[in-house]
Amino acid sequence: MKKVLDEGKLILIAIPVLIWTLLPIYHLFVLSISNQESMLAGKLWPDQPTLQNFQIVFKQQHYYLHNFWLQMFNSFFIAVATGLITLFVATFAAFAIARLKVKGGRTIMNLALATYLIPAAFLAIPMYKAMGSYGLLNTQASLILAMVALASPYAIWVLKQASDKLPKELDEAAVMDGATSLQLFRLVYLPLMKPSMVVIGIYALLLAWNEYLYAFLLLSSEKAVPLAVGLGLFLSADDAPWNLLMAAGLLYAIPPAVIYYGFRKNMVGGLTSGAVKS
Amino acid sequence: MSTAAMTAPISAPREDKSGFTRDRAVWGAIMLAPYVLVFAVMVVYPVAYGLWLGLNWNSYRALFADPIFIRTVVNTIIFLFVAVNLKFLIALLLSGFFVQQRAWIRIVLVLFILPWAVPSIPTILSFRVMLNPENGMVNQQLFQWFGVMEGPGWLTDPTLAFVCSIFVHIWKSLPFWTLILITGRLAIAQDLYEAASVDGANRWQQFRFITWPSLATLYVTSTMLSMIWTLGDFNSVYLLTGGGPGDLNHVLATLGIRYMRNNNLDLGIASIIVAMPLILPMVFVMVKRLSKGAEA
Repeated sequence: MKKVLDEGKLILIAIPVLIWTLLPIYHLFVLSISNQESMLAGKLWPDQPTLQNFQIVFKQQHYYLHNFWLQMFNSFFIAVATGLITLFVATFAAFAIARLKVKGGRTIMNLALATYLIPAAFLAIPMYKAMGSYGLLNTQASLILAMVALASPYAIWVLKQASDKLPKELDEAAVMDGATSLQLFRLVYLPLMKPSMVVIGIYALLLAWNEYLYAFLLLSSEKAVPLAVGLGLFLSADDAPWNLLMAAGLLYAIPPAVIYYGFRKNMVGGLTSGAVKS
Repeated sequence: MSTAAMTAPISAPREDKSGFTRDRAVWGAIMLAPYVLVFAVMVVYPVAYGLWLGLNWNSYRALFADPIFIRTVVNTIIFLFVAVNLKFLIALLLSGFFVQQRAWIRIVLVLFILPWAVPSIPTILSFRVMLNPENGMVNQQLFQWFGVMEGPGWLTDPTLAFVCSIFVHIWKSLPFWTLILITGRLAIAQDLYEAASVDGANRWQQFRFITWPSLATLYVTSTMLSMIWTLGDFNSVYLLTGGGPGDLNHVLATLGIRYMRNNNLDLGIASIIVAMPLILPMVFVMVKRLSKGAEA
């Protein structure tokens, strides 16, 4: 009896939690399969569900969606480039700090952490100004660089923590055998760090894919912007075709959701794990 | 003879070692260089330039003369205080729910992290459409179920619009912090609870004397990190209300960007510099805590 009661209490918690979590996502889905009429009627379920919105999006048959595929590709390109460059920059830095114990490495890591802790919207303003003086405004390079700068501190931090867990004896043995730093990196470090590197690469990729503010500030040409900014353009319309926006938004939201679920276990914890331990 | 034989093999690797140390220093510098370059170009120069621009005393005078600014500061403080505390209170309670070992609860958890997994723009705009006072789903359903002719002006009433943006912010960031607190709870040794229940401790006492003391450090660290990130949250306010109605609901993050988009960079810079006395001590404490964590 008590067990049934306990289960009942848990279900009473679960129901509002699920409604709260899923309502906006459900609404997104409902609008994406609604025609203009049932959308404006605020229906819980459209009278005649339709895939027409997706068809319009796929064929780019609306003023706001003329560059849908190009913008989707831009999102993809910016995210992959950010992931790869972050991986390159952060793996090297973490190896130099954690294994080669380069002088000043720890200070640099702490400064990097401080970057990570500057509120995103605050850093965006001076960064925009700097991009102007570098002549990089309205180029995708500016957004990629910004995303690499934002993703690297956390990436270095996580990789440094993972590097510290590798046994010191491995390095010592390799050095005894006459390995140079580069060989140490290539033959000992890289193979052991692969799992952490995958997580970091994906973290940076998702950060860039999901980013809105920096993309919206640094890029303006309709052909250069990623999809997030393309979708944001709907905001300027008086009577925006929200059902089309939601159909396009759904297509934009699916890839990161799938990736998150694939790597869920590895994506949490990082930064606060120090606090968990103590 | 015997001493020479003994020292010879020792001195050889010693030479190797110093050779390696040099190699190490050179490659260490080369491998750190790409990050240092990104850091210098994307963070040091912009921040230094921003601080230099921030020395312009007139921009602060203009800032404080702007009635929107004072309102924004008050909004930001309320936003931070309410959003962060409410989020962590809910996350603390929910983490207790999610650590219950049940197959169906694990499924609920998988659904619960969706807001964290999907990008802001489609979901926050979905909120925006849903809360539209005239034809949004919420008010239309209020009418159909309860006959409410004119539902609340969710996004047209300034106070309600502000409350809604706090809720959207919590909706988006709650899963992440709940997961962090779940991790924290799972790290607590189960035998503590078993011993306590043998001694007849009730649920509240178990929380008070076992769970809370074990979670406190994590809770405080996370709260601080969340405060910093909340301060930098542009999307929840901008995408839902655009800082409106009537520019009444800006927070510092959206106001700074608004000034900048209106070609008033000095005011944009000034509006973030005024938050520095709040941010810098937190950043300092957090870096200390985190670098200690990296050491352990």
